[in-house]
Amino acid sequence: MTIRTEPFVVNIGPQHPSTHGVFRMRCVLDGETVVDADMVVGYLHRSLEKLAEERTYTQNIPFTDRMDYLSAMSGNLGYVMAVEKLAGIRVPERAQYLRVIMAELQRIANHSMAIGTFINDCGAWQTPLMWMFAEREKILDLFEMTCGARLTCNYMRIGGVAFDIPDEFIPAINSFLADFPRKIDEYEKMLLENEILIARAKGNGVITKEMAINASITGPMLRSTGVPYDIRKVDPYAVYDRFDFAIPVGENGDSYDRFLVRLAELRESHKILVQAVRDLPGGPYKVDVPLAIRPPVGEAYARVESPKGELGFYLVSDGGAAPYRFHVRSPSLINLSLLREMIVGHSVADAIVAFGSIDIVLGEVDR
Amino acid sequence: MIGLSEWYDLRDLGNPVHALLQWIDGWGDGSTFHWVAYIVSGLIGAAAIGLFLGVIMLFLIWLERRAVARIQIRRGPNRLGPYGLLQPLADALKLMQKEAIAPRLGDRVVYTLAPLVIFIPTLLVFAVLPFGNKMQVANINVAVLYIVAVGSATPLVVFMAGWSSSNKYALLGSMRAVAMAISYEIPMVLALLAMVLWTGHMDLNGIVHWQQEHHVWLLFLQPLALLIYFISASAELNRTPTDIAEAESEIVAGYHIEYSGMKFGLFYAVEMANALAVSALIATLFLGGWWLYGLDRWVPGYLIFLAKTLLVYNLLILTRGTLPRLRIDQLLAFAWKYLLPLALVNIVVVALEVLLWQQNGLAQEVFFPVCVVVNVALSVALIVGYSRAFDRRKIMAPRRARLVQDPLAYMPQ
Repeated sequence: MTIRTEPFVVNIGPQHPSTHGVFRMRCVLDGETVVDADMVVGYLHRSLEKLAEERTYTQNIPFTDRMDYLSAMSGNLGYVMAVEKLAGIRVPERAQYLRVIMAELQRIANHSMAIGTFINDCGAWQTPLMWMFAEREKILDLFEMTCGARLTCNYMRIGGVAFDIPDEFIPAINSFLADFPRKIDEYEKMLLENEILIARAKGNGVITKEMAINASITGPMLRSTGVPYDIRKVDPYAVYDRFDFAIPVGENGDSYDRFLVRLAELRESHKILVQAVRDLPGGPYKVDVPLAIRPPVGEAYARVESPKGELGFYLVSDGGAAPYRFHVRSPSLINLSLLREMIVGHSVADAIVAFGSIDIVLGEVDR
Repeated sequence: MIGLSEWYDLRDLGNPVHALLQWIDGWGDGSTFHWVAYIVSGLIGAAAIGLFLGVIMLFLIWLERRAVARIQIRRGPNRLGPYGLLQPLADALKLMQKEAIAPRLGDRVVYTLAPLVIFIPTLLVFAVLPFGNKMQVANINVAVLYIVAVGSATPLVVFMAGWSSSNKYALLGSMRAVAMAISYEIPMVLALLAMVLWTGHMDLNGIVHWQQEHHVWLLFLQPLALLIYFISASAELNRTPTDIAEAESEIVAGYHIEYSGMKFGLFYAVEMANALAVSALIATLFLGGWWLYGLDRWVPGYLIFLAKTLLVYNLLILTRGTLPRLRIDQLLAFAWKYLLPLALVNIVVVALEVLLWQQNGLAQEVFFPVCVVVNVALSVALIVGYSRAFDRRKIMAPRRARLVQDPLAYMPQ
């Protein structure tokens, strides 16, 4: 006799410990196996793109903090670059270096968080997350030192940065940088060879090169499939072309590779930071730009390599004080688009791990 | 002073109780009040275990939270009372005040019963544990079998909780718990069987006495059995790396997702008590229970037993604090493909050794060290050989990301 079974629908999220916010996966389960999955996004939609059309270019900078709130500096950077491109503003050298320093610090902070939550999704009981938090905490202290805010920094300005770094910043960042490689070694020793982690993450949520490129996936997710695509190298912005760093790529495009790429990027970011702090030039940290800047009629697209992937800002100006159109190409949302292919046919446990390895922030998915 | 077993000798708390019971027994003509002594002994035992569990559970919750906090570079509870010792008490008070919410579609009766019933198997296990030479509520001569039988009732209650909650996560969690229990019970029983073979005893105090007589901990004679028992027993405890039945990050809280207030508190407490029971069993079976190479003549046996139990419990805390979770199919495969064969081999080896020892009347002083060496070597060889046979190196080889210096030279194929 066969027992009649039927698939059932489980809503994973919007309130679930591992949906990293308010993401909802509407999964059809057959026992433990996911047979179908729907993504439901929009629970954190704040219509930032529309709101931005009512505010001046400078007033929009805080919005970019609140999109990817785990890497506010990268959001700031992408947006001010777009405005500068639109208005044709040249940014002083020192500001460029400060921007790179902040963006790379932010990348370390974001990847620490991503690795920590990923292993949390694998089932570790908060421990790796807390260890990663310890490092992130130091970076947030550096941010606080510079601009007074820890999470939503609002540090970049059109034409430079808001404040010059204080005197105690350089010693503080140097001591952080001196300490950090040892910490990465520690993480690698603890995490890289953890058999349970390997058993869970290897071969999980596999995406191929073609799938990733077709879905326009970027960031560590694309690099894990073996494509060395990094905006910092292929379309250098700020002063990234002056630094010596490599792009870590994976091979198989599975969760383990994504984790590996992020781990390796910590080291590369550290490399950039050391060079940037060493070469930091003097001079002005911003150029004077009117607060209610009115860029000439036109459009501009600027992109940065945010920790999550290619973060692009598309601005259209009608010559007024507010952008006519403000569009964000948010990597979190686009990286999510392969989720269904990654999890269908696998178990619930695998689905959570695959989802955790994408590293999304719901503020950026929904905007 | 040594060998004193008068009622005022508190090195064994069984002494005053036995004296009291004998005094009650002596009422009347010697047998009329036998039933009074019987009832009183039961009441004292139940009260003692209840009190012991209540107190130590509060302590264990504190210990676990503090220890895990240290692992996670946090401070843990440190506000209420000295070193935050009163925090569990405050938590319990808070839980009791919370509103009891029950799912409307659930089976109310089963839903309410489950958190209460789940305590029974745990309490029953503690009844046969020898806290000291005479400190045992019930000295059953098949205690090992009894523990296995009673312990296997827990998944049933877990399933009760999961089923009656009328929640898909809860159902998934309880299904997982049942699957786990079925798989891990077998290697666990086989590991315990090795103990029984060695000692020829099934009652726990007898096993402790055997270790005392032969002056050896079974840990040394049976490292493989300890490993198998530790893994398979902790697999049923719902703690990482095997907490798939509640799996915080996947199915939120598994079978007790719908429980709130003190009902949840009961599940939480039972988890601790189960972990304590497993540590106590390991301490009894493998670490000599209340006996510690003669020290038990000076230090109360129950303190030694408690110390050993907490030592094992600390191991459980360490595994919980450091390891990620496995997937259910990986866990089940581990039980059937690795633990079960190892346990079977272990049984054969133990049987051969016991046969050699008893048939030939070999001197224990010579035979036991040989056994220790042979068994340790065998355990290591078996584990290593087994992992080699399953290509562990290839599967588990860590990779590293390749570093690309010049992406512009890259052309997609």
